[in-house]
Amino acid sequence: MTFTAPVLNYAQLAPMLIVLGGALIGVLIEAFGPRASRHASQLFITVASLVAAFAALVRVRNQSSVDAAMGSVGFDGAGVLLQGTILIIALLSVFLIADQENFTALAAAVPGSSEERESLQLDLRVTEVYPLTLFAVAGMLLFPVSTDLITLFVALEMLSLPLYLMAGLSRRRRLMSQESALKYFLLGAFSSAFLLFGVAYLYGYSNSVTFAGIQASITGGSGNDVFLLLGIAFISVGLLFKVGAVPFHAWSPDVYQGAPTAITGFMAAATKVAAFGAILRIFYVAFANAEWQWKPALVLIAIVTMVFGSVVAITQRDVKRMLAYSSIAHAGFLLAGVIALSKSGLDASIFYLFAYGIATVGAFGVVTLVRDSAGEVTDLNRWSGLGKRSPLVASVFAFFLLAFAGIPLTSGFIGKFSIFSAAYETGSTAILIAGVLSSAIAAFFYIRVIVLMFFKDPVEDGTSVVIPSALTTTTIAVTSLITLILGIFPAPLINFIESSAFFIR
Amino acid sequence: MNALTSMMLLPLLGSLLVAVIPSDQTLRIKQAALGTTLLVAISGVMAWFKFDSANTSFQFVQIAQWIPSFGINYAVGVDGLALVLILMSVLLAPVVVLAGWNESEGGRWSAKVFYILILVLETMMIGVFAATDVFLFYVFFEAMLIPVYFLIGGYGSGERAAAAVKFLLYSLFGGLLMLASIIGLYVISGTHGGHTFDIGQLSELHKFMSPTTQNLLFLGFFIAFAIKAPVWPLHTWLPDAAAAATPGTSVLLLGVLDKVGTFGMIRFCLTLFPDASKTFTPVILVFAVISILYGAFLAIGARDIKRLIAYTSISHFGFITMGIFAMTTQGHSGATLYMFNHGFSTAALFLVAGWMISRRGSSTIADFGGLQRVTPVMAWSFFIAGMSSLALPGLSSFVSEFLVLVGTYTRYPVAAVIATFGIVLAALYILIPVQKALHGPTTPGNENLPDLNLREKIAIAPVIAVIVALGFYPAPLLNVINPASAHVLEVQGFTDPVPSESAGK
Repeated sequence: MTFTAPVLNYAQLAPMLIVLGGALIGVLIEAFGPRASRHASQLFITVASLVAAFAALVRVRNQSSVDAAMGSVGFDGAGVLLQGTILIIALLSVFLIADQENFTALAAAVPGSSEERESLQLDLRVTEVYPLTLFAVAGMLLFPVSTDLITLFVALEMLSLPLYLMAGLSRRRRLMSQESALKYFLLGAFSSAFLLFGVAYLYGYSNSVTFAGIQASITGGSGNDVFLLLGIAFISVGLLFKVGAVPFHAWSPDVYQGAPTAITGFMAAATKVAAFGAILRIFYVAFANAEWQWKPALVLIAIVTMVFGSVVAITQRDVKRMLAYSSIAHAGFLLAGVIALSKSGLDASIFYLFAYGIATVGAFGVVTLVRDSAGEVTDLNRWSGLGKRSPLVASVFAFFLLAFAGIPLTSGFIGKFSIFSAAYETGSTAILIAGVLSSAIAAFFYIRVIVLMFFKDPVEDGTSVVIPSALTTTTIAVTSLITLILGIFPAPLINFIESSAFFIR
Repeated sequence: MNALTSMMLLPLLGSLLVAVIPSDQTLRIKQAALGTTLLVAISGVMAWFKFDSANTSFQFVQIAQWIPSFGINYAVGVDGLALVLILMSVLLAPVVVLAGWNESEGGRWSAKVFYILILVLETMMIGVFAATDVFLFYVFFEAMLIPVYFLIGGYGSGERAAAAVKFLLYSLFGGLLMLASIIGLYVISGTHGGHTFDIGQLSELHKFMSPTTQNLLFLGFFIAFAIKAPVWPLHTWLPDAAAAATPGTSVLLLGVLDKVGTFGMIRFCLTLFPDASKTFTPVILVFAVISILYGAFLAIGARDIKRLIAYTSISHFGFITMGIFAMTTQGHSGATLYMFNHGFSTAALFLVAGWMISRRGSSTIADFGGLQRVTPVMAWSFFIAGMSSLALPGLSSFVSEFLVLVGTYTRYPVAAVIATFGIVLAALYILIPVQKALHGPTTPGNENLPDLNLREKIAIAPVIAVIVALGFYPAPLLNVINPASAHVLEVQGFTDPVPSESAGK
């Protein structure tokens, strides 16, 4: 037996390699760098590697090949768009993470212990959050371009493990934060097991772990259909868990609430892009010809997800939990794009992911600003009268809410229109009707928050809007501008997506 | 530059001008807003004179690509119908600004925000009537809810927040149903000659639709417009909103925004879905007749003067809807003229009622009495507006109400006969408050009310002038409206019933 050396296309892998390299440098800084300058150097390395990765991505944007890494990574237009989206979202989120006020001083210290008090007195900082972010980003970059199931699984673990840790880093209410991290980890591990189980079945079905091989077996139609069905079902469970689709959503409200807000924003936006990227690829490429096996189930899940997310969000009293349920509803809308299984469905999904991800980071950025002496205030009742205290911040948040609700002149509207029309075009009338109805329900709770902020008087309980740091300001300004511009002049981005989004098979 | 585009840009520039004036210079802000609206009114009148009423195609057309991938254009143009409504809107805007000179002062926010909202709203009001691209229309249709929402909730009185939310939720619900229909149209257009939103091309599409599809799409549009107009039983938001809003906002809400509903019925329901319109005509006529009578009965029972005007409007919108769905040229001309006249008579009623309320400090009809002696100018203004509202011959509404009834009678005599009772009831609901509030002995609390000041007189004079002038000589408007109405009906093959010669034999 001879051993063939793997042939790698380094240029196409460069974005991922750069991010991973940055993460490793971050680990070294953590080990050997002087404590005083650690925060600054970590921030610099993180931002620099994200920017460099983006530049590397731009350089190879027009290439496409199945052989970026021996058939395990497919490099194509859709992959470039998704990776670019993830990098932009990551960069904006890092600006929020840089505001260390939200993070515990020493993650390893037991809550309430003398060690914790000491670390607070010393004003330590969790600079390890930066390399963790970069590891997660690298996993996210790999996730939507994986073209075999093993790589898919590795990418899933690579993006998940750092996120489990990051969810537990909150400075205040640490027990809740750690509980949410544990919950996320246990349920995440469970869903990973499901995914792996599905991989095994699909291997049994097609004797292959590559998407191309599975597609060929489905087209050939010679395999055992029970294995195929079980495989698709289990893999779907693993992936739908990551996007928080009903009934695999139970973790998301708790984790959204418990995690430090900057991390929640990053997780909500970037994970969704990565996971939907992977879902799109696997359903559009590997399972496309088994459409009739999975479509009815996915339609049902999409409808239940939209309606459930919208209805339950109405009863929420916490802004982060409300956004969590709203993100569940949006996962339902995004599934409409998967179900469309057409070029316009793919374009619409990518546009929606970009628009939604950007608005999500911005909205969580605003949430970090509303605080009292004990940290962030997420109880919605205490947000009342925010419009009086800080008209600008409240207006920006209201604008993001209107974008989530899909009101015209925001990016959300264009996204909603394109994704529903793509779904309807391929005959999913039920999706269209459910989507419109749940949008109407969703409008109710978004507007309730606007009423609370603008039409109620402030309660005097020390809640205030802090003056944001320059980096946080940048994130909020950039995200709100993008949301507005995409609402008024979406044509350039839509054209760009339309001309370059495709999956290589 | 295109007349319509420049008319839309002017208020937008005005709002920017207002935005840069410091908040404490309230007078400057008001002057800037008044100046802008006057300029827009002048350009509206100029467009009126440039308009060629013999030409039934869209005029002042401008088409620019907006989102080419979806076939969406920035496309504006007016026929006689749209022009009349735009003229009404731009004439009412300066009246509203001048009449409500101090309206912004009791608000939650500064006068600056008030006038920015008014000016932005004016842009959208022009846009919604001028749009000849269904998508563009929808964008204006939905986006204009937001400024109105803040105008009601921020500057109104009483239960303003609740009323604003009710208004917004009702409208959003209707809007989302319409969005579903628009997506349906978009998808169907894609399979018949390429995606488009052009109203002209879409009006051919009904030939390819199954009756079920056409009926469903029709309902999506119609329900949205019936909420907007409002037609019984979707009217319940209107009295609350009108009672809570400032008089000026109410004028814009009832006078202009609600017309978008009846305008949309002609422009979209009838033009895009002629067969479905015929199918639903009996049902809609029943609703319209119920609106006429129900609104009138509620008005008779109303104790609050603003609610009274809102209820009378429900009755009037019943007439307009009936005229539209009678599908005769007389009915259509009457309905269009009615929209214009209702704008002015409602404006007069609301503005004078607003002055009465602010002077007396109460909106209960029973609190007024004998105003004729104390404040003759105010009382006479209210009287004339009231007489116009009950369609007294010689005042503008008479002509339109007469045309609607005649136009309906030729095809649906029963509906017309029942609707005629609305006129009798109108006499009651107007004469009762006129008698209570204006005539008889001056009741305690009313002795020292000041009469209208110069500003208020200047504001109301043009409105009264229009009411009287059009009552005697409606020809200038009808000359523009008639060809447009005939054209709308002719294009989709609606014909007037031929008078039967054998009827008398």
